[in-house]
Parts: sequence; structure tokens; C-alpha cells
Amino acid sequence: MAGQTDMELIKDGVRLDGRKADELREVKIVAGVLDNANGSCYLEWGNNKVYAGVFGPMECHPRHKQKADRAIVQARYTMAPFSVNDRKRPGYDRRSSEISYIASQAFEKVVMVEEFPKASIRVDMQVVEAHAGTRCAAMTAASVALADAGIPMRDMIPACASGKVNDVVVLDLNKEEDNYGQADLPLAIIPSTGEVVLLQLDGHLTPDEFEQALDLATSGCMDLYKKMRLALENKYGGSA
Amino acid sequence: MSNDSVSNLMKGHMESLAKEGKRADGRGINEFRKVTIETGMLNTAEGSAMVHLGNTKVLCGIKMLIGTPYGDSPGSGTMMTSTELAPLADQSFDPGPPREQSIELSRVVDRGIRESRMIDFEGLCIEHGEKVWTVFIDLHILDNGGNLFDCCTLAAAAALSNAKIPNVQHGVADKDVDLPVTCWPISCTFGKLGDSVILDPTSDEEGVMSARFTVAHDENGNLRAAQKGMNGAFTDAEIREAVKTARASDNVLREALKGIQG
Repeated sequence: MAGQTDMELIKDGVRLDGRKADELREVKIVAGVLDNANGSCYLEWGNNKVYAGVFGPMECHPRHKQKADRAIVQARYTMAPFSVNDRKRPGYDRRSSEISYIASQAFEKVVMVEEFPKASIRVDMQVVEAHAGTRCAAMTAASVALADAGIPMRDMIPACASGKVNDVVVLDLNKEEDNYGQADLPLAIIPSTGEVVLLQLDGHLTPDEFEQALDLATSGCMDLYKKMRLALENKYGGSA
Repeated sequence: MSNDSVSNLMKGHMESLAKEGKRADGRGINEFRKVTIETGMLNTAEGSAMVHLGNTKVLCGIKMLIGTPYGDSPGSGTMMTSTELAPLADQSFDPGPPREQSIELSRVVDRGIRESRMIDFEGLCIEHGEKVWTVFIDLHILDNGGNLFDCCTLAAAAALSNAKIPNVQHGVADKDVDLPVTCWPISCTFGKLGDSVILDPTSDEEGVMSARFTVAHDENGNLRAAQKGMNGAFTDAEIREAVKTARASDNVLREALKGIQG
């Protein structure tokens, strides 16, 4: 959040990309796009492009990470060097580590890890083009990939951000809003229970704005949830 | 498959098929799998391509930055090739820094592109001895169905062919222009399966074959790069035969590459 509020990001209730405050960017989800992974998903969210692949449950390596009573989820989020305007150095940085870690924990809440003691479920998320909101895009894709892999889960977890630009609470920040806006709040929920499995915030929000932002992000997640189910219906037929 | 008995069964089956000139997937021994090339799908990259070779899927993105030239070639741009064996492509790919496998792959692809002089490096000079363009070829393997070498070379060539030099972004000139491309290197990879040599091995075949041989040709049929890999061996005659077969077989990939230049 650079907080450069003098930049006009909303004019007459319309954002730079033509959206209203409570509107998501266009989302396209395709389940089962990779052959090697047990489950996979390709997701486009605005100009974001993300692949997710799931392997397992399988033997957990390294061994010392095994849990005697349950499986662990090893999620890994990475950005391709060509996914951003200035080439990103390949490999794993502190930002990717943090996102991977909190995503793993979020997935462990919904995956029935108690069914697979000592096992590991690997969730790989690969961002190939990034325009703000990639962690949400990656986690949403990963949920669909987990379902596509047939991993027993209590629910899928959609993830969506809200934030604040020009003192207005908006859904799903685009690149400019992410760079010059005032706050960013990525959220992931379990739709069937309403529980929050991931929440981050950076920027500046009043208590009221926080409530609003939370409501908005939740509604965004519910919207997304429908699209995720549709992607699975498209692959497997019937109504999920 | 880490299970040795299954692997041995497969090995025997595949070897006996190859002896009759057949493959487990119904191809002849000198036949490529179906190839499709799609280009320009990434907005953040200067050039991009997705290549499907059978079940293998590779996404290539080209980035260009301004750098300094090497002392021995002050008037030439530079290039760097990296491959990322993304963990989602194969259960056996570990996260972490590049391993030997990925480094060998990058270097073989790099040689094919570099030694063919596919990129006109002199055309990438901005200020003699001071400023040149560095071309980054980043290859992301999304699905490993075998023969990453040929799929990566093809993806790199396809992405380079639709790359634009980002003059405007870097304040070099007021218009972005096409990256100067002079020729089209194509690589063909063979595997030694028992006593037979097969073209374009699948990942199953790679699991049981003993040696690998890659050769890259330009469009005039001249050799540009080659590499023998894995711990088995080829006979002298097999190598000569493979180079001939490569020349005769690479037109399938060449046609696919031509298709995108339209």
C-alpha cells in the first residue's frame, strides 16, 4: 500500500477498469487441465493467470514432518519470472514462503487430514501472470484442484480480497488499486460454515470500513464459490 | 513409479514392442507425438508460448532487460535460459533450487538457441560496449509427459518469434519492434530402449530407457547442438542414424512452428 491517495482511482462510482465498487473482475475456471497431477485447475481472474496441481495423499517427505495422527498439506505458491513487468528472480522468496505457509494451514482446516495419518498432500500453485490478487487466485484454483484430485474435503475455500481506494471500500483490487490504494484485505472462507480460514490486512481502515470490507470480501467469496462449483460440474457433469 | 517389479514388467514390454518398431502409445519408433503451439497469451512477458507435445506442456515467457555486454563481445546482446521444473508438473519434482536435471535441460536448450544464432545478437546492441539487451528465456514445465528437451526448445523458439523489444518501457526508442530472429533451430531427442532407438520418448519410456541423445538442426539441415545424456550408451552407428532420422523427422515440429508465424 503506497497510500498515494491523490491518484484518482474511482470517478463517479466507476473504477479505472470500469467496474463498480462491489464488482469482481471476470473469473474463468477450468478443472483438470494437467495430466500428471492427480488434480489440477487453470484459473484466469482479470489478467491474473494461475495453474494449480495436487499430488497425494502420499508418503510424507521429509519424514520429520510426518504427523502420526493426520496428513499434512504442503502448499507451495510461486510466481514465474515472466509473470510481472520487471523480471522476477526465479525461486522462492520470503513473500512466497509466507503465502505458502498460511495457505497450507488454511487447506488443513478443510481437507480431511485425519483420514491419512503420516501422509502428505502436495498443493502446487504457479502464477504465470500477475495483476494483483494472485494469492486469492492461487488458493481458489488450488481448492478446485483438490476437489478434482478427489481429496476428501469438508468444503472448498474460495479466496477474494477487498480493500480501500480513494476512501471507498471496494471488492477485488486491480493492479493500480493495489499499488496506490489505501488498504488490501485478502480473505478465504469456508462457505458452508462461514468460518474464516485466511485473513490478511495491510493499509488503513476504520472499524466501520473493516466491517464493510469483510462483508464485501465474504460476498465476493460466495460469488466465486458458485464459479468453482460450476467448473467442477463442467468437468464431471451433473449438479455438484 | 518407484515400484521396481512394475518397472521391470514395463521395461520388457516396451523393449519388445520397440524391437517390432512399435510403441506403447501406438506410434512408430520415429514418430513425434501430436504437437500444438499457442503464442502471445501473457501480457507481462515480451513474448510467450505454450507448447503441448503429447502430454508434455511447457510455458515459455521472454523478458528483456538492459544490461552490460561481455568484454569480448561489446557489440552483442546477451541471453540467459532457465527452466523451472514446477512441482505441479511431476510428483518427483522437488521444490527448491534448480537441480542438475534442470540445469542440464536449460543448458541444452540454451545451446540450441544460442549456437544456431537464432537471435541476431548484434541487433540487440543499444550503445556499443555500454548497453545491450539481455534476453531472459524462462521455461516453465507445467506437465511432464516426457521429452522436455524438444518441447522446451520448441517453446523457446516460438516465444522468441513473437517477442517484442520493450523500447518504450525502457525509454530506448519510441516504438517496440520485433526481436530480430534469423533462423529456426529444432531439436530431436532419442531414447535407447533395449537395443532400439526411439524418437520423442514419453515419461514412461524415459523411466525405462538407458540413454538419451538430443540433436538440434537449423532449417538448412545443419547441426547446431547435441547432447548425450543418462548412464547408458549408443553405438557409433546409432548416433549417425539418429542424426539422419532427426533431419527427416523434425519437419513436423518445423511446420507447427511455421504455423504460428503466419
